[in-house]
Amino acid sequence: MPDSTLVGLHHEEEHHPELLHHFADAQQQRDASSLGMWVFLATEIMFFGGLFCAYLVYRRWYFGDFAAASKSINMALGATNTAVLICSSLTVVLAVWAAQTARRALLIGSLAITMLLGVTFLGIKGIEYKDKFVEHHVPGPSFSFENEPIPGHPGQFANPRHAQMFFSLYFVMTGLHALHMIIGLGIFLWLFVMAWKGRFTPEWHTPVEIGGLYWHFVDIVWIYLFPLLYLIDRHP
Amino acid sequence: MSAHSSTTSPLKGYFAVFFALLIGTGITVYAATLDLGRFNAAVALGIATVKAILVTLFFMHVWHASEKLTKLVVIAALFFLLLLLGLTMSDYATRLWS
Amino acid sequence: MPTATPQPTIPQTVERENYLNKEYGVWSWLLTTDHKRIALLYLISITFFFFIGGFFALLIRLELLTPAGDLVQADTYNKLFTMHGMVMVFFFLIPSIPAVLGNFLVPMMIGAKDLAFPRINLLSWYLYVIGGVMMLHCMLTGGVDTGWTFYAPFSTNFSNTKIVEAGLAIFVAGFSSILTGLNFVVTIHRMRAPGLTWSRLPLFIWAHYATSIIQLLGTPVIAVTIVLVAAERALHLGIFDPKLGGDPLLFQHLFWFYSHPAVYIMILPSMGVITEIIACFSRKRIFGYSFVAFSSIAIAVFGFLVWAHHMFVAGISVYSALVFSFLSYAVAVPSAIKVFNWTATLYKGSIHYDAPMLYAFGFLGLFTMGGLTGLFLAALGIDVHVTDTYFVVAHFHYIMVGGALMGYLGGMHFWWPKISGRLYPEGWARLAALIVFIGFNLTFFPQFLLGYMGMPRRYYDYSHMPEFQILNVLSTAGATVLGIGYLLPMIYFLWSMRYGKPAPDNPWNAAGLEWKTASPPPTFNFDEDPVVTWEAYNYEELDAPPHQQEVPVAR
Repeated sequence: MPDSTLVGLHHEEEHHPELLHHFADAQQQRDASSLGMWVFLATEIMFFGGLFCAYLVYRRWYFGDFAAASKSINMALGATNTAVLICSSLTVVLAVWAAQTARRALLIGSLAITMLLGVTFLGIKGIEYKDKFVEHHVPGPSFSFENEPIPGHPGQFANPRHAQMFFSLYFVMTGLHALHMIIGLGIFLWLFVMAWKGRFTPEWHTPVEIGGLYWHFVDIVWIYLFPLLYLIDRHP
Repeated sequence: MSAHSSTTSPLKGYFAVFFALLIGTGITVYAATLDLGRFNAAVALGIATVKAILVTLFFMHVWHASEKLTKLVVIAALFFLLLLLGLTMSDYATRLWS
Repeated sequence: MPTATPQPTIPQTVERENYLNKEYGVWSWLLTTDHKRIALLYLISITFFFFIGGFFALLIRLELLTPAGDLVQADTYNKLFTMHGMVMVFFFLIPSIPAVLGNFLVPMMIGAKDLAFPRINLLSWYLYVIGGVMMLHCMLTGGVDTGWTFYAPFSTNFSNTKIVEAGLAIFVAGFSSILTGLNFVVTIHRMRAPGLTWSRLPLFIWAHYATSIIQLLGTPVIAVTIVLVAAERALHLGIFDPKLGGDPLLFQHLFWFYSHPAVYIMILPSMGVITEIIACFSRKRIFGYSFVAFSSIAIAVFGFLVWAHHMFVAGISVYSALVFSFLSYAVAVPSAIKVFNWTATLYKGSIHYDAPMLYAFGFLGLFTMGGLTGLFLAALGIDVHVTDTYFVVAHFHYIMVGGALMGYLGGMHFWWPKISGRLYPEGWARLAALIVFIGFNLTFFPQFLLGYMGMPRRYYDYSHMPEFQILNVLSTAGATVLGIGYLLPMIYFLWSMRYGKPAPDNPWNAAGLEWKTASPPPTFNFDEDPVVTWEAYNYEELDAPPHQQEVPVAR
């Protein structure tokens, strides 16, 4: 996404090596890159938005069945993952600050920890997916959701077909989110390498800033996914 | 967009937001175990929205953004998302009226 | 009229360095980041797909010459109209003006050296090509038969054609569209020349800005819808599956949320082209500049509010249908405002009937008809009668072909001297414009009548209604004429690249920064960075006697 070229390391007074020829000056380039990432995030809001729309329609129609299905996914793991991502957003913000203030060690460390937290998130997600597979909650021919009570309605059991709808949405939404996470890890790996090579300076660290924007967006999507998928009805 | 906030170091702000986010998560989980009827969803989504706003304004530096354009892009995207959700629901919510 | 011999005594034919001759070789084109070369790469690709879509149209019209289904089988016919629609919408119309004329002209019109993200621009072309190859492969290995609208549950559960592949091809092409829109928005915001305020921008730029908003905010929704359809077919994640309690109408909501604004992606750039042409060939400033500018934005925004008018008879709530019907009337208002402003621009203008202007006149008439028939469709009662008939088919072809495609052709003629450095033969161009106009009306006007009388769309056999044959024959005859009209420019444009008269910098004496540089332009567009101190469409100045003219910006 960032448009910088990997040119020489020497910092010129008049013409910064990272300045691309079609821009009038570094400020214009920086503003363009930033606006570009924000506009891209707007498209991502609409991309996930379609899924939220589907979710909204079916949750309204099949609330009890969705609540039963939601209860069967692991809230503790979901909450942990939320905390993991919040921590990673902090490390991202620290990385940007470190780049702004020429703190190379902190920059590299923050980027590394961000990636570590991202991998942790995916690992926990993997455990959840495995659990769902073992419990036959993965939609498809082997799906089974019999005799699951609807929370708050004793004696009533969830309709397995509607529960399967919940799990379809669960897997598509969290799967798409995880895919974005993986892409984010790729971006941050690249940032890590660039930081290690000392490419970022207080005058130019645009990729860190806009990479950070992307990561925060992925965090925000999860901030909504967590209550919607895990917390439909958790009354004991 | 090199953010120079008015305070000498923005770190305090970042950690404040960080803790607010964690606390918000905790409250959300706790509130989900209470029986608030139809307000369970409102509380959960309300807290989520507060968290999202905090991340957007302070972690993504929109609060200190020198350009109105950034804020306009965010608002425009949210507007169209609400359009999608709202107008679609206008069909589903009124289907049984006749 | 057309001459074959160049005139070697004119110094300008000693070729200056420009974007075409700066570098030679296939790789200098395939790895270019020059927005002008990328525009030409797009020109070649979309013209290729136009032929493919046109080929399917030809087969459709041949089948409909007779009431019986005697040319192809029913399944094949389903594939024909599906592929015609998919190719024409996603691989021709949506990219056409933005990717060719927009890419070429947006940086030049704002005085920039290139778009904000040149490499993303190239990536956008490669994504288009990859999507196109995927679609070609899909068509050659079985095709799709669901209609371009690939409604669930037919597409998800019952069709045995290559829906996932076609869907992914459209997904990739859609990503290309998003990146183009992103590039334009950032470029227009950040890279305008000094002095070029928003109110001095050519309306072509406003139109492309509005188009980009739609591309950015709408395309992701169809992208995720395609993902859901693919997930349902490949992984049995049944989001739209009625057996799981899914709602096929949800698919339609998500599909049309994009696909209605998509038609505005197709028409808005064309309106931008028409505005430039009408101003130039009336030698007048556009009447009501700010109205036209804000109407473009209004069309983009309102266009997102009306999608369920494609679903009036599908089973949505009647109250919701009322709301969408009302909003569909509202969305016509900014388009009408534009038509009034164009007409007012013509009034007391000094009209020149060059080929671009002929296309503009054609646009005015045909777009108005198409738009008005849209209002018929927006009325719930009428829609119940004519939905899924040829009335709808005629309506959207009037807008897409009579409107968008005419604008594209007009724009190609208008800016051809700038793009190629050559003049096309004016006589042949006027003839072609006339043939297109006649062919178009002969093809599509009978379809309004057919639809109103009850001929359904997507039927290959109408032998229970043989009285429809005469109108169908007229329509097919018209399509043949139309095809000739389209072939002519392809021939003489190519001819002109070798034998056409070299073009001066500003053959039309038109307003706009792009005309203040050489034809064809140098790679970085301007020899010196422009500074703008004049309003848009300053035709009074341009037409004033030389001693009264403001000194133009140095090239």
